[in-house]
Amino acid sequence: MAYLDKHEVDPATGKTTTGHQWDGIQELNTPLPRWWLWMFYACIAWSFGYWIVYPAWPLISGYTSGVLGYSARGNLAEDIKVANAARRKQSEGLENASLESIVGDVRLRGMALAQGKAAFGDNCAPCHGSGGGGGRGFPNLLDDDWLWGGKLADIHTTISHGIRAPTDDGTRVSQMPAFGRDNLLKPDEIRSVANYVRTLANLAPEPKADLAKGKTVFADNCASCHGNEGRGNPELGAPNLTDAIWLYGSDVGSIVTTVTNARNGVMPAWAGRLDPALIKALTVYVHSLGAGK
Amino acid sequence: MKPLALEPVEDDRLYAPAEKIYPQSVKGPFRRLKWRLLAICLGIYYLLPFVRWDRGPHLPSQAVLIDLTNSRFYFFFIELWPQEVYYFTGLLIVAALALFLANSIAGRIWCGYLCPQTVWTDLFLAVERLVEGDRRERIKLDAAPMSFDKARRRILKHFLWIMIAWWTGGAWVLYFSDAPTLVRDLATFHAPLAAYLWIGILTFTTYALAGFMREQVCLYMCPWPRIQAALTDQDALNVTYRYDRGEPRMSVKESVKTAAAGLPAGACVDCFQCVAVCPTGIDIRNGSQLGCIQCGLCIDACDNVMAKIGRPTRLIAYDNDENIERRIAGKPVVSRLIRPRTVLYAAIIAVVGGIMTYVLATRQMLAVSSLHDRSPLYVVLKDGSIRNNYAVRLSNKRPYVRGFQLSIEGLPAATVQVADEPSEAVVIGPDRTREVRLLVSVPADRVTAPSVPIRIRITDPLDHETAFASDHFLAP
Repeated sequence: MAYLDKHEVDPATGKTTTGHQWDGIQELNTPLPRWWLWMFYACIAWSFGYWIVYPAWPLISGYTSGVLGYSARGNLAEDIKVANAARRKQSEGLENASLESIVGDVRLRGMALAQGKAAFGDNCAPCHGSGGGGGRGFPNLLDDDWLWGGKLADIHTTISHGIRAPTDDGTRVSQMPAFGRDNLLKPDEIRSVANYVRTLANLAPEPKADLAKGKTVFADNCASCHGNEGRGNPELGAPNLTDAIWLYGSDVGSIVTTVTNARNGVMPAWAGRLDPALIKALTVYVHSLGAGK
Repeated sequence: MKPLALEPVEDDRLYAPAEKIYPQSVKGPFRRLKWRLLAICLGIYYLLPFVRWDRGPHLPSQAVLIDLTNSRFYFFFIELWPQEVYYFTGLLIVAALALFLANSIAGRIWCGYLCPQTVWTDLFLAVERLVEGDRRERIKLDAAPMSFDKARRRILKHFLWIMIAWWTGGAWVLYFSDAPTLVRDLATFHAPLAAYLWIGILTFTTYALAGFMREQVCLYMCPWPRIQAALTDQDALNVTYRYDRGEPRMSVKESVKTAAAGLPAGACVDCFQCVAVCPTGIDIRNGSQLGCIQCGLCIDACDNVMAKIGRPTRLIAYDNDENIERRIAGKPVVSRLIRPRTVLYAAIIAVVGGIMTYVLATRQMLAVSSLHDRSPLYVVLKDGSIRNNYAVRLSNKRPYVRGFQLSIEGLPAATVQVADEPSEAVVIGPDRTREVRLLVSVPADRVTAPSVPIRIRITDPLDHETAFASDHFLAP
């Protein structure tokens, strides 16, 4: 054994040295305690136990599963099951409470907001944006303008049945005619009415626009849904044309396109896809975004 | 440089065997001090969870409680939330500096008197002594073949050790839950598995560390002896063998003869009592060393011997080599307890302690933080006004319900609304936080800049306590 080599004794301490020397400084041999070595062996023995009890060795297909049958994936499935059961138990309160009483109860509202936020991210954010800010053609849920009504019950109906959802019989339907494409209005009439609509919202019309003609065209074709003053009708999902919010743009070109081809946005119906408690939670969450109505 | 005179020897010692130490019992002032400190420390540890402290109906009534479920730490009149954990940083700084200060005054008094390893080892040794007798009897018992009496003593000793260890682990978990309830649950096997598991773990560690590992912990596992070596200085008072008085060692008879012959005769009679009582098994006469935990038991042992043979006591004492050198040189001894490092440590302790006390005494019992909506940054409303939305979290650190009024500073034209909040003030339960959605709108013609710094202010109208959160109002 190499360790049986002759070692030297340091006269000051009486200890042997390791034989290492740096600039005349010798290192004393301070042996490790024996129990430390035994702990090292014990750890090795422990690892054998581990191999037997837990998944350890890779095989050609799969791995040794261990006598406990432990798997992280199995644990996760179990955890999700427990979490879902706990959530279901808590959601019972949501399912049975009215929307107003959920909003009025701090605990239920907190739960609805938390669940609604998660569900919004999973289901609504692709169109309405992660924060509900919407985009061109997709309503902004944070403002104070609601096409189909911004009360809790309105929002609940919209989420449940969607807008012009082909799969839902109770869906909200209204259809704006394609005035240009279907030759209901001539291009100059469309241009006039587009300019007139801009004046409703205090936006400047084009310099040579025939506003009187536009007004007539509006009264004959648009007022039935959008109202004589253009204030819209939430019953029909007809937008208010006098405010600062323009789903498809407020420039003359955009309005002309809208009148020519019509806009009939579609939102899917979520009843049947999401459970009733979650739809209530979503309703409360969406209502809270812009403080609803 | 002159090479050391080294002589070659045969040596194959790679691993040092743990040599069993049989510390002898001893009586004296240091032993008495250690018993008292042991009683105080263990008394606090075992009984503190049962001390009650009334905090009203909504909060736990345990004086010291680490409430992990609700993320709260209670210490008598202090309640800490997770975001106030920095108080512990201050506490750790003070603790470290207190160790430094103690070290520069009287060495490792922490190791010798207060360290849990020392305290529990002392307790386990006392049990061992009670059951198996003192040093001599224990050595004899270990060497004796197995007999009914030996087995009986062994079983009794380990039973008592495990009981103490079990009680130690049991007391530990009581700091994390309501103690009386948990004791009842533990006894009726209704306590959570984690409680039993932790009691098991700590029973094992106490039994192993205080029963078997003992001085091995100090010699091989603890980093403090190494740090100590870097902290001590020539003026610190350490347990020291006064070799100026003790050397050369000889028996009483011999010393009479030697003295008569006019030769130097030391006071040390080489009785090895200091070694026999040492809990780490060292010989203090070899000078200051790593294995010495500065417990002072060798001082008691030596004093007893010196008293018996009629010589002055304190041949071993809290002293330092500087003074020994001074005595040899015939100079007066110097005690320099007040010196730059002790003053500095004390000053830093005072400053940190003062800052902590001030911060704790003046801390707010309400808090507000705000997070501006990231998408979208602002919203245009029907009338063209601009609205910004904020997730505002309000904290009520009082043990009763409070209502906070929310307002905005820095935007005179703003209208402020809290989503779905029916009442004027935001109501928050005792010791709770709540997040609300704050909607701030400004008319289009009053929007001045793309970004305006604002402050969100919450006030308790009853006690006028106020807190602020800084944020921005963004516009196109």
